Amino acid sequence: MDMPTPDARILARKAQIVARLRQVLPDDAVIDNPFETRAYECDALTAYRCPPLCAVLPASTDEVAAVLKICHDEGVPVVPRGSGTSLAGGALPTADAVILGVARMADVLEVDYDNRFIRVQTGRTNLSVSGAVEEDGFFYAPDPSSQLACAIAGNIAMNSGGAHCLKYGVTTNNLLGGTMVMMDGTVVEIGGAHLDAGGYDLLGLICGSEGQLGVVTEATLRILPKPEGARPVLIGFDDVVVAGQCVSDIIKAGVLPVAIEFMDRPCIRATEAFAGAGYPDCEALLIVEVEGSDAEIDEQLGTILQIARRHDPVELRQSGSAEESARIWLGRKSAFGAMGQINDYMCLDGTIPVSALPLVLQRIGEMSKDYGLDVGNVFHAGDGNMHPLILFDANKSGDLELCERFGADILKLCVEVGGCLTGEHGVGVEKRDLMAVQYAPEDLEIQMAVKDVFDPRWLLNPAKVFPLASSEKRRAA
Amino acid sequence: MKTPQTEAELAEAVAGADGPLRIIGGGTRPIGAPVAGTVLSTGGLSGITLYEPGALTLVAQAGTPVAEIEAALETEGQRLAFEPMDHRGLLGTDGVPTIGGVVAGNVSGPRRIAVGAARDFCLGVRFVDGAGRVLKNGGRVMKNVTGYDLVKLMAGSWGTLGVLSEVSLKVLPRPEAVACLTLAGLDEAAAVAAMSQALRSPFEVSGAAHAPQGPEGHPVTMLRVEGFAGSVRYRVAQLRDLLAYTGAEITVEDDPDRVAAAWGWVRDVAPMQGGGGDVWRFSVKPSDAPGLVAGLRAAHGDLKVLYDWGGGLVWVAGPAGADLRPEGLQGHATLIRADDATRQSIAPFQPEPPALATLSAGLRHTFDPRNILNPGLMG
Repeated sequence: MDMPTPDARILARKAQIVARLRQVLPDDAVIDNPFETRAYECDALTAYRCPPLCAVLPASTDEVAAVLKICHDEGVPVVPRGSGTSLAGGALPTADAVILGVARMADVLEVDYDNRFIRVQTGRTNLSVSGAVEEDGFFYAPDPSSQLACAIAGNIAMNSGGAHCLKYGVTTNNLLGGTMVMMDGTVVEIGGAHLDAGGYDLLGLICGSEGQLGVVTEATLRILPKPEGARPVLIGFDDVVVAGQCVSDIIKAGVLPVAIEFMDRPCIRATEAFAGAGYPDCEALLIVEVEGSDAEIDEQLGTILQIARRHDPVELRQSGSAEESARIWLGRKSAFGAMGQINDYMCLDGTIPVSALPLVLQRIGEMSKDYGLDVGNVFHAGDGNMHPLILFDANKSGDLELCERFGADILKLCVEVGGCLTGEHGVGVEKRDLMAVQYAPEDLEIQMAVKDVFDPRWLLNPAKVFPLASSEKRRAA
Repeated sequence: MKTPQTEAELAEAVAGADGPLRIIGGGTRPIGAPVAGTVLSTGGLSGITLYEPGALTLVAQAGTPVAEIEAALETEGQRLAFEPMDHRGLLGTDGVPTIGGVVAGNVSGPRRIAVGAARDFCLGVRFVDGAGRVLKNGGRVMKNVTGYDLVKLMAGSWGTLGVLSEVSLKVLPRPEAVACLTLAGLDEAAAVAAMSQALRSPFEVSGAAHAPQGPEGHPVTMLRVEGFAGSVRYRVAQLRDLLAYTGAEITVEDDPDRVAAAWGWVRDVAPMQGGGGDVWRFSVKPSDAPGLVAGLRAAHGDLKVLYDWGGGLVWVAGPAGADLRPEGLQGHATLIRADDATRQSIAPFQPEPPALATLSAGLRHTFDPRNILNPGLMG
């Protein structure tokens, strides 16, 4: 993975740039000491690191605007950063870039239950948005696995998903409005407490643009009344294809579970060794969760179990208590940790049409043999968002590169069967150079031309999303 | 009129155009500033290209009739959950509404408040931009963050950024049972408050509308619940209890055809069909709606009003030729029905603040450098 060569003219002007930033921010909000900037050298894609020129931690929209105006004047690239949990390298800096962190902007600005929204500063963590309203019976639906740490700013930049998207949608479906600072320091208000756009859907465009169009500092988010209850059921199969068929039949039957999670045997074994959730030793298992009152849950699970029985399951485990529900989820929730216990792993994020599941699982199995690297599959089956975990040994020379090639092949397969490279993690730097697999040159060109409209000088997070070669002229201009 | 039969012909027609094009699907939604130009119809690009009920996905050419898609979904017990409005009654048009028109106008219905708008169900688009290039964005899977989301941008851009050739959609199961609670006689503020109570509950209300003059001439507040039969019975009982405080008489209808007819009445804005006057569509914070309407009445006299989306969507029929948008409106309003002269003189779409207007103009220029796709329609 390459990053652009840092601009020597910017590096030479570091002291001057830092001094200008200190004029608009408190002293401790500008971090330029090389020991401290190390904290910003990477996000959760830790394979790639580079300390930034400096990092700034503004505490208000006005401060963000002042920072961006200076960087715009000075021609310095800016890499916005939420909590730095991106698995795609979305917040990876270059040596000539200013990291703009929103961590000091975490306030709740307004809660309105009658109109069902909350307005927050975007440095607030995902989970603490729900936390602010849960005592009153509400929640914020998108729930990425990193929700304890990840910030709403990053959720908006990456259009984050989670396990419950099948019913509630992803960030873009739950975002009503935002305050955004443009690269030149202009502040714009987009959307609000009302639904849909009066003109072009700029909010929909910004959500998922990976911090390349502007810095969203405040967000109006839709909150929902909490369901009365939720209960999972665990279904084990001795054949992955049958498990995939069962998913499809449940969806066709008119039940819309809030989550359908899938794990295959390598993943089940690893999690059992790690968490001891008492999962059956089988080829595939599904965890299906439904919501409602007790009677409503019984009714939906009745339908689901009836469908599952037609597929000859080796295990059907219902939950009779909150404790049993937690045990059913325990293995799934510790899956990544369990895999990490065995080995280093790379987590992929391609999405496929649900109908292609059996074929894709079979092909991944074959490729695993060819590459000589083990793969565990754990994913959101209801929406086809796969998370194959490729195991490798970072200490073994060449293993990471082999793993990356294997990962790229899996993602190409996802596209080949009608899916996409990334379902919820984003492109960042990780999948940047695979974009041409999914999009023709003109499809990428129009996206880059959209960035031209918002950020004509390509200073915002410039080395992401688009293959470096295709964005080179724009970045150099 | 040009009616290309393939995407390639569509691209040729745009590339070869020497002047403005007026883009239509079925031509049933003449909304926005009138466009003078050669009519380019996507009606020839018709047919469902892929339907996977088990994956909840349908892909269709832009000119496919909405009715054809709904019929195909019906056979599998599924539907377009965002419940797109049919504008023919309100606008007095005939013709065949197309799925491309639905996406281009981000056309939704009462269920938008529970499940999302057309833009939330559109997974991918293929379109021809103003330079005649065939472009695509998104795909046919539910979770996709690969690159910028131009799907959202195309939805609701009314053919001013590109001519849709194909759309892929997320579809949802049709519920087993449905019921509608009707509260009689509430005034507008009390109705919006009652709808808010219902929408704040965990009972998954999938429609919340209020008509100051219902089908019988009296005020009715309508709440819809859908799901498995047991669920629907349970939620109806819970909502009855929850709303008992209003003192309103509550009746429940659970015959599916009658419930569908009642919500079709709301969806297609039946109270304003056939009558005179201009029709406006306001999108506001629900609790602002009664005050907005009171202000409009003070300024413009008696108005016909219909509240949907729990108050978040307000339809207003007012005097012809008047701009009803109050100063400092929080939200936005669109002039949906008016004669050509009015739609020429009053910007039908909400004027944007300067910084946003600059972005919109920049996008328009990027997608349509020659300014030939529905020029001026959105302002």
